[in-house]
Amino acid sequence: MDFMTVLQILDSALRLATPLLFACLAGLFSERAGIFDIGLEGKILVSAFMAASVSALMMAYVDAPMPLCVPFTGACVEIAGGVPIAPIVFGVLAGMGASMVLALLHGVASITFRGNQLISGVAINFLASGITVIIGENWFSLGGRTPQLEGSARFQEITLPFAERVGNVPLFGPIYHELLSGHTLLVYIGLLAVFLTWWVLFRTRFGLRLRAVGENPESVDTAGVSVIRLRYTAVLICGLLCGLSGTYLATGLAAGFVKEMSAGRGFIALAALIFAKWRPGYALMACLLFGLLEAIGNRFQNIEIFGIQIPVQFMQALPYILTVVILAGFVGKAIPPRAGGEPYVKER
Amino acid sequence: MDRMPKWVDVALIPLINLFLALVVSGLVVLYIGEDPIRSMWIMVKGAVGSTYGWGYTIYYATNFIFTGLAVAVAFQAKLFNIGGEGQAAIGGLGVALVCLAIPWPHWALALPFAILGGAAFGAAWAAIPAFLQATRGSHIVITTIMFNFIASALMVYLLVNVLKPPGSMAPETARFPEGAFLPNAHDALGVIGLGFSRSTPANITFAVALICCLLVYVILWHTRLGYQIRAFGHSEPAAVYAGIPPVRITMITMLISGGLAGLMGINAVMGEAERLVTDPVQGAGFVGIAVALMGRSHPLGVLLAGLLFGMLYQGGGELEFEIPAISREMILVIQALVILFTGALDNMIRLPLQQLFLRLGKRAT
Amino acid sequence: MTAPAIELTGISKAFGPVQANRNIHIKVMPGTIHGIIGENGAGKSTLMSILYGFYQADSGNISVNGVSTDIREPQHAIGAGIGMVFQHFKLVQNFTVLENIILGAEDGAMLRPSKANARKELRRLADEYELNVDPDALIEDIGVGTQQRVEILKALYRQADILILDEPTGVLTPAEADHLFRILEGLRRQGKTIILITHKLREIMEITDAVSVMRGGEMVATLPTAGTSPERLAELMVGRKVLLRIDKKQAEPGDAVLEVESLSVTDADGVRRLSDVSFSVRSGEILGIAGVAGNGQSELLQVLGGITAATGNVRINGIGISLSGRRADGQSRRARGIAHVPEDRQHLGLIMDFLAWENMVFGYHHDPAYRRGRLLMDNAAIRRDAQTKMREFDVRPPIPGLPAKSFSGGNQQKLVLAREMTRGPDLLLVGQPTRGVDIGAIEFIHQHIVDLRDDGAAILLVSVELDEIMSLSDRIAVMFDGRVMGERLPGETHERELGLLMAGIDAGAA
Repeated sequence: MDFMTVLQILDSALRLATPLLFACLAGLFSERAGIFDIGLEGKILVSAFMAASVSALMMAYVDAPMPLCVPFTGACVEIAGGVPIAPIVFGVLAGMGASMVLALLHGVASITFRGNQLISGVAINFLASGITVIIGENWFSLGGRTPQLEGSARFQEITLPFAERVGNVPLFGPIYHELLSGHTLLVYIGLLAVFLTWWVLFRTRFGLRLRAVGENPESVDTAGVSVIRLRYTAVLICGLLCGLSGTYLATGLAAGFVKEMSAGRGFIALAALIFAKWRPGYALMACLLFGLLEAIGNRFQNIEIFGIQIPVQFMQALPYILTVVILAGFVGKAIPPRAGGEPYVKER
Repeated sequence: MDRMPKWVDVALIPLINLFLALVVSGLVVLYIGEDPIRSMWIMVKGAVGSTYGWGYTIYYATNFIFTGLAVAVAFQAKLFNIGGEGQAAIGGLGVALVCLAIPWPHWALALPFAILGGAAFGAAWAAIPAFLQATRGSHIVITTIMFNFIASALMVYLLVNVLKPPGSMAPETARFPEGAFLPNAHDALGVIGLGFSRSTPANITFAVALICCLLVYVILWHTRLGYQIRAFGHSEPAAVYAGIPPVRITMITMLISGGLAGLMGINAVMGEAERLVTDPVQGAGFVGIAVALMGRSHPLGVLLAGLLFGMLYQGGGELEFEIPAISREMILVIQALVILFTGALDNMIRLPLQQLFLRLGKRAT
Repeated sequence: MTAPAIELTGISKAFGPVQANRNIHIKVMPGTIHGIIGENGAGKSTLMSILYGFYQADSGNISVNGVSTDIREPQHAIGAGIGMVFQHFKLVQNFTVLENIILGAEDGAMLRPSKANARKELRRLADEYELNVDPDALIEDIGVGTQQRVEILKALYRQADILILDEPTGVLTPAEADHLFRILEGLRRQGKTIILITHKLREIMEITDAVSVMRGGEMVATLPTAGTSPERLAELMVGRKVLLRIDKKQAEPGDAVLEVESLSVTDADGVRRLSDVSFSVRSGEILGIAGVAGNGQSELLQVLGGITAATGNVRINGIGISLSGRRADGQSRRARGIAHVPEDRQHLGLIMDFLAWENMVFGYHHDPAYRRGRLLMDNAAIRRDAQTKMREFDVRPPIPGLPAKSFSGGNQQKLVLAREMTRGPDLLLVGQPTRGVDIGAIEFIHQHIVDLRDDGAAILLVSVELDEIMSLSDRIAVMFDGRVMGERLPGETHERELGLLMAGIDAGAA
């Protein structure tokens, strides 16, 4: 295997890690605040759908005039000469919005009505699987797909400064050119989000309170801070980040939505979260590792290590196997936030 | 505190929740410009309007009863087994291995061994998460989810690399020997002179499912084991006071649960496909969650909820055929809403009703 | 005349049918340490939670420094200068001391300046009040005494002038408690007002300026500490309840059934709950264990009932039992003739959602008498049996098909007693047999316990009700702080002496 192949695999790993990373950080916010979320998968799916759909719909108005009407009044204005903003902008907003709606639903069920957070998550996953296909079919009649996204309806790859010029410098050149440069904006935002999450969690007042509410909500309540408001905020941030995950999936990694395109990524992200012991830095490592496993699996059907054939299915199952091993506590026990999964009730 | 009559808990609340789920689904139908009432009618007619419809309804219901019982038994011990999907798949593998092992002379001989195979494989797949929960405190919800994915990878691997007959392209086993074919509803009912559609997958496994409902009922409410499972589920400290061993009860409950999920393979693999494919479960493991929640974790409730979801699945298929604008995925939406309302938003209906009955109770005295 | 730091007028609070506080009046003068004393369940903690805004009173008024103040949330209390140190600390285990202290009282959106300020302020507080704590230590790494200091610092950091401490010495060693008292005295010198909730007379006498006594949800008296005595307080605390007379013959004890030797238990937090406890109970005898709740009686019952592991030796009829605490030992205990009426019938003794007849075999579900064939349970036989026992124990209504939760407290207790007492046990462990039980049922229950004794069973009775201990026991052992303070005979002691023993004061030894 030559150097270029390695770089290409790593490059692909970074792309594949990005949706995991957003979802993993999303789960991190929620679970750090004491709300289990196994509905990451559903939120990714819904946001992928909405991002792709709205982008696709807005594609029609890039050059053509778009009518804007006030409901129930019949009053309309027309944006002549097309909408001056790229369709993808609307796509991103729609993706995040849709995911946040589901996050809010999870919040209502698990915070306000003190329902079972796991069951709520399961329901949200099914809801997303069903509704995306039904609405998609209604809007586009393409069997649950959206139209192919092109041009400004997608995220474009960004060439980092001097990438072409330093491409020939040995070692560093190819790394910069092949691996670091040439990704879409969201990949870089994802990496930035890791730092931002760390900073918010460990350097701000909000982060301190958020972590406290997931460990011991009583400590927050007796300190005169609202447990409910903190938890809703966390759940909404989770929705927002899941929205970016889905958006990237449908408009960055792919060029449109296909049904069930999240393909278990929400659960891999959950696995990564456990693997990372609910810490942002480790989350990046775990997601890159799982992204790498996927990239290797995509590229090679069978891998031979020390003369043993490793089937590709083993590579696919590896994230889950590793998570079970970690959960079993045989290697570096993962201790979840102590108040996780329990609705907060003031004790008598 | 608890003044609600029993019928409110076991019948009224689930029905209100079902009603809410249907209303919200109806709104979705309205949104896509179709008529919810007509859709409902098509679904009901499609599910139970002919022996053909009934045949599919019963076939689906059989799957859901097995997976629903699996979730329900675990719920009784307050364990949330979300791994029915994987346990059923591996159970299907067990069934297939039994069916392919020898050229069975007659189904009546093959069936008991297939039952053993399916149950044993399903139980084995539940055993590791159960053991980790019982002894290491690893959250069983997460481990069973992980085991679903591991199971699906394992199934693909085995079918592609091991079980696929030489020369075949499709990742599936060879067809089972004819002696392992189960009589379908047409054959079975023909014996007692009842006419039934020839082309449905409903088969004798439905009877096995009914027997399992009965067995689960007997185990839970008429044996010491069931007594211990239920006591453990209600209160672990009290169970310890009474000398009920938590580790053993957790293990046994999950083995039963996994075994029941594994039995689904009889219906889907032996009864319908007559070969093993990579995903014989088709989401039925997850439907089991809705069925168990709706059926209040009671075998009779699971039976009724299983039939209801069977109708939903068959009716949903017919609906897509009649009104192509409403795709099959409508079923998923209804299923999601049932889980949401009966499981997660239960307090939304329950608390006001409790208040209501408390007030009624006060007025009466 | 200065206004009281705290004045509560007419505070009442009910939890469902339970009246936790009834028309409470109290004045706490500024710059004093004011003790509130009372038995467990007297309503002290509820009152303080109301003052801190954790609960809301049904009626009544709160004045702080002479100003009527509306306290609906902890935030309001904090704003009024009230700080609270709960019995169970409200700390985040994996946070540092510093993080716990600033939580909810940060200076701004960024942590760094908040932490720097807090660090400075902590140093000042440490100098002023002898409150030295390493600000960077994790809570889970420091001892309970230090954790308590963090709670106090939390309140002081929020500029509390009035500090409430709920049973602060419950988790402390004597040395730590002494340290705490030095801190409290320092705080008083600086003009802070302190409300100290406790059930320990010694602490009241040692440190308070005034003391209020609560009993049964009511405030019975407020006295200057200098003008009272432990005896007087013990009397007020326990009250002159109607002593229930039991028809009881002189006990005719036989051989020792239960022999306990140097039993010790250390809990998961490393706190020693039982230290070196030894005693024995003979057949035909009731040994009453008196003591304020939380002094090791619960652990004693749990060890003997097979729920908790312990070290030491326990023999039943001369043969040792395993104390390893394997989590199914309840079965082996029952096989050895030990019946156990747990203190907490709602969480241990009954499954509230189970029907009465199902509960009647709870713990005895393996009994061959209830088998049908090899596998099945004979539900009909259990039902019949339950019906008979419910009649015998006058459970009302005598309907085996009702769930346990629909019976009243007294009838729930009778269900448990009927189950445990009708199998001819060699040893009956019984905890708080009449807690939450109405007067009529109390007499009935007491009579049954005495009858069982007369049938030759050994009975270990744990109760926080002193008169119950006095009227039932043939011998009395008093527990304090995980130890047996002493044994007395009911005829040769009186409530005052027992009250002092319960408070850790051995008048005879002094």
